[in-house]
Formats: sequence, C-alpha cells, structure tokens
Amino acid sequence: MSHFLRRQGWVAGLFVLFVLLFITTKLIQPAYGSGDFGSLVRAVLPYAFAVAAQTVVVIAGGIDLSVAAMMALTSVTAASMMSGASEEYALFVVPFVLAMGFVLGAINGMLIVVTRVPDIVVTLATLFVLQGAALLVLNAPGGAAAEWLKALISGTVPIPGLPDGIDAWQPKALLLLIVCLCIIWIPLRRSRLGLSIYAIGSSELAAFRSGVPVARTRIIAYALSGLFAAFGGLALTMSTGIGAPIPGPYLLASVAAVVLGGVALGGGKGGLLGPIVAVFVLRLVRTDLTLLAIDPNVTAIIEGAIMVAVVMFGAFITMRSRQS
Amino acid sequence: MSTTAISPQPVPFGRRVKRFMADRPLIPLIILLVILVVILQVLRPGIVNERWIANTIKFAIPLAILAGCQTMTMLTGGIDLSIGTVATMSAFIMATQIVNQDPAVAFALAMMPAVLIGLVNGIGVGVFRVHPLIMTLGTSLIGTGCLQVYQRTVIASGARIPDFLAWLGTGLTYGIPNALLLFVPLAALIVFTLSRTGFGRLLYAVGDNERATRLSGVQYWQVITALYVISSVLAGITGLLYIGLIKAPSLSLAEPLVLPSVAAAVIGGTSIFGGRGGYTGTIIGALILTVLTTLLTILQMPEGARRILFGLIVLFVTAAYLRIVEER
Repeated sequence: MSHFLRRQGWVAGLFVLFVLLFITTKLIQPAYGSGDFGSLVRAVLPYAFAVAAQTVVVIAGGIDLSVAAMMALTSVTAASMMSGASEEYALFVVPFVLAMGFVLGAINGMLIVVTRVPDIVVTLATLFVLQGAALLVLNAPGGAAAEWLKALISGTVPIPGLPDGIDAWQPKALLLLIVCLCIIWIPLRRSRLGLSIYAIGSSELAAFRSGVPVARTRIIAYALSGLFAAFGGLALTMSTGIGAPIPGPYLLASVAAVVLGGVALGGGKGGLLGPIVAVFVLRLVRTDLTLLAIDPNVTAIIEGAIMVAVVMFGAFITMRSRQS
Repeated sequence: MSTTAISPQPVPFGRRVKRFMADRPLIPLIILLVILVVILQVLRPGIVNERWIANTIKFAIPLAILAGCQTMTMLTGGIDLSIGTVATMSAFIMATQIVNQDPAVAFALAMMPAVLIGLVNGIGVGVFRVHPLIMTLGTSLIGTGCLQVYQRTVIASGARIPDFLAWLGTGLTYGIPNALLLFVPLAALIVFTLSRTGFGRLLYAVGDNERATRLSGVQYWQVITALYVISSVLAGITGLLYIGLIKAPSLSLAEPLVLPSVAAAVIGGTSIFGGRGGYTGTIIGALILTVLTTLLTILQMPEGARRILFGLIVLFVTAAYLRIVEER
C-alpha cells in the first residue's frame, strides 16, 4: 500500500485536491448538483482529449504544439461532412475523422524522424499547416453534427438497480471519456509498444542500445497523439454542434495539465490518470471562481498564478528529492 | 581538411560548394533571401523599389528584436513565449498612460510589467528549475489577465499614440526607416554581447553543458535571471516600437509575432537545444519571414493556403539548413 501511495502520490494528491475543491464548490453554492457536474464533464471533454494527446507525446520525450490546431481541423472536417448529410452517414464520418487524426499525427512523427528538426519546430510548422487546412475546410464556424452524436454526451447513464440519485451523477460524457481513453491507453500501457514509448522518453540512447525501434516508436507516439486530438475535435463538434476553424485555448491548457498531472516534461515519467484529474481540477477551479462572481479576467490571472505556483512547487519537490 | 589538400583528385564541385556553405552558414540564408526577393520581382514586376524595401525593413524590425529575445534564451536551451504578452502590455500601457501622464512616467510605467515578468520568469527557470516553456507560458497567461483587468480601468480615458513612437515606427528619413536608429545599435549590442563579453560566453556555456558550467563556478541562477529580464525588457521596447508602427492598441497586438519569432531564430541557425547559433542569422531569418509573408500576400491565396505554405516553408528551410550545416 505504501509502495502504491509513493508511486501514485502525486495523482492521489491531485485527487484529494479535486475532492476538496468539490466540497468547496458545494459550500459556495449549495445548489450545485448533478446537472452542474454533467455540464462540468461536458466542458472538460475536449480539454481531456487534448491533454491525453499531449501526454502521450510528452511521455515519449517530445512535445506537440499542433494539438489545438489538429482539434480544429478534425472538428471542422467532421462538422462540414455531417452538415446536410443523413444520420447514418455520421457512422462513416467518425472513423474517417479518427483515422485522419491518426495519419496526420503519424506525418508529424515522420517529419520529426526524417528531417531531424527539433520536435518543437516541426509541430510549430504543422500548427500553421493544420490551421490553414482548417480554414480551407470551413472559412467560418459552421457545419452540423448528427443528432445521435450530440445525444452521446448529453444526459446520464442509468444503471439498473441503483437509485436515481446516484444515476444522476453518471453523465454520459464521463462514461464516453473513460471508455475512449481506456480502450487505447490500457492495452498500450501493457504492451511492448507502451514500454518502448516510456523507454525512448526516459533515455533515447539507452532505448536505442537495448534494441527499441526508436524512430518507429516516436512516429506511433505522435500518431496516437493525433488520434486523441481527433477525439477532442469530435468532442468539440459534439458539444457545440458546429465546427470552428480557429483553435481554442487547448494547447496551453494541455501543457499545463500535463505538468500538473505529474508527467515530467523531459519524458519517461507519469501516466494518463494524473493529467486527466489535473484537467478536472483546473476546470473546477474555474467553475468555483465563476460561482464566486469573480471577474472572468481575474479568473485568468488566478488560473495562471495557480499553474505557475504548482509547477514551481513540483520542481522544488523534485529538486529536494534529488538532493537527499 | 589537410588530407583533402594533398589528395591528388580535385574535390567535386558540389561538395566544395556544400563545405563552403557549411563553413559560412549565413551564405545560404542570404541566397534564400535573394531568391525570395527575385521571385517577388518576377511575380509582380516593379514591386521591389525603395519604398518596398523600407516597408519590409520596418515590419521586419519588431520581429527581429523579438527573435533576438528568442535567440538569447534558446542559446541557454530555453525559450521565452511571454515576449508577445510583454510587448503587448508595454504598448498598451504606453498608449493609455500617455493621455494624462508625463512621457517619462508613462515610459516607466510601460516598462514595469516587462521587468517584473522577466524577473518572475528568471527566478522560476533559474532558481526553481521550471521548464522555460511552461514558466513563460504561465507568466504570459497571468500578464494577459492583468492587461484585461487594466483595460477596464482606462476605457474612459482612451488611448493615444505618442508622436515620437509614431515617428520611430513609421517615419522615414531620406527613405531610410527611422526604426533603424533604434535597431542598429540594439543589434550591434546584442551581437557584441553574445560574441565578445563574458555574459555572452556564459549563455553559450550554459546551453552547451549546464552541469560543467555550474561545476566551474558559474552562478547559474544569476545568469538565467539576468537573461530573462533582458529578454523581457527587449520585448517591452519592441512593443513600444510596434505600437508606433501599427498605431492601433489592442489586447493581442504582438501575440501573432511570438511563433514567427521562434521560427526566425530557428531558420537563422540557432539550435533550440542551446549552445549553438547567433544573432546575425536571426536577423536574416526575420527578413526572410517578412518577405515570405509579402510574397504569400500578393499571391492572393486564401488565408488558409497562406498559412499552410508558411508552415511548410518554415519546416523545409529549417530542415535544409540543418542538412547543410551538419555536413561539416
């Protein structure tokens, strides 16, 4: 148990923080109930996928600046394909968009491997390319989403045998998030490929010398990032019903949540759970500040200050533990 | 090198050209710049005249100074993404405070957030060892928030662009942009600092091998703090120059320059991992990006296609440049 706590200490701490924040929310606004929780989860959904996309790449020792642009492109693609089309057509659109994200991510990875340009520069360049492509697909916010896709994240999941009071706390969006992340992440983590991703993030040279196919693993890591970003784009289209070609604030938020979630920016450390909990914490802080009727601009300052303070604290802790 | 001199066979021409370029990394950049200008002239005959050159230089200068911040921080293996916010803040504060303040006071007020943000960045990166990317993103988030709150308080008083800044930003003397009066000494100072002073050497040393530098007695945190304060102050000055050029204070004035400033430094041959690069290349990188933007504008492509091309060209140039330089 103590071993588990030590390994998962950071995540456990985040979880405690989330619960404390939740209690605070309840104290500020006693009426905060299951419906508000549902809308919190729906708001978190695109952020959570952006964070997952960033996490995979950061664990592999890289960084992906094109996450938000990728989400914008996949979102407008889905929205413009579904506009005026039948409900069944969306069954084809979803896998198509996911595959597109995967392929574009893989191209990101290939460019990094082939050109040997630093990842930060390559993804910066692809950020412009993807943004441009999104503008070509849709010049202004528009398009549509199939009804069943929208229904996928609204409402709750009733589980037979449980009282309604508990059912109300299980929004469909949360289930969707957990299912999508687990389907990809758990098999990955247990596979040789997952191990390789951690290995190249931890030490590329050591990984290479122990026979890890570094180039292929890096490409796959970026491809998975593209896949998660495509999920995020779909989530955007699902929750808004349209696609917007201008990327939202997801890049900054994803990097912040990755660091808050205990994933080292050098790579090789951390998991997916931490960043996801971190993104919930960050959104809940925002909800609390709104409930306290604080000026939204002050909210931005507070959010930034929290991010900087937590990151400084985390860096300080690692420094101390390295010295002792 | 000596073996090639005594070898009987002459070195193939292509190889020699490559080696020549690798020894002088500025040459391929200048060639690229000239090629871009020639393409421009071919596409739109007569566009390349005195006025166009002055205009290009005017728009390249803010980018070049910001890319200078990026070059210096990148030499230590860092990056400064808060420069856009810092430049915007100083520009906005200057434009709003000049209305009912003495110019000197307004200037001091405008530079204050720059120094403050630089200091916080430096302490975060140097003392607490936070990753520079995160640290500067965080401070820029805080800065933007502060600016929005500040904007509320000055809505009533309005904004004005000081005549001096407008003169500096847009004015021409004998066809030469006045902004060069600021830029030439500044660029000379940066180049001199990087190549001839102890501080410049320390930046290269820290970026090359931080551990070794520290073991040889360098106070790492002092170097880093000074660096980020300098970078921020430069960004603040750029903001003042840029407001004179754009003449419309907004809350996202210099934000679109941030990513191109990184690109300019990288195209100019500064390694993002630290220890390699210089400011002269960066200046040419900024010029290349500015000419490229004009080129894409006169091609009258849709905005989307323009961005795609911009991204592809930045990537291609960087990759090609790395190929050439790594050949030696």
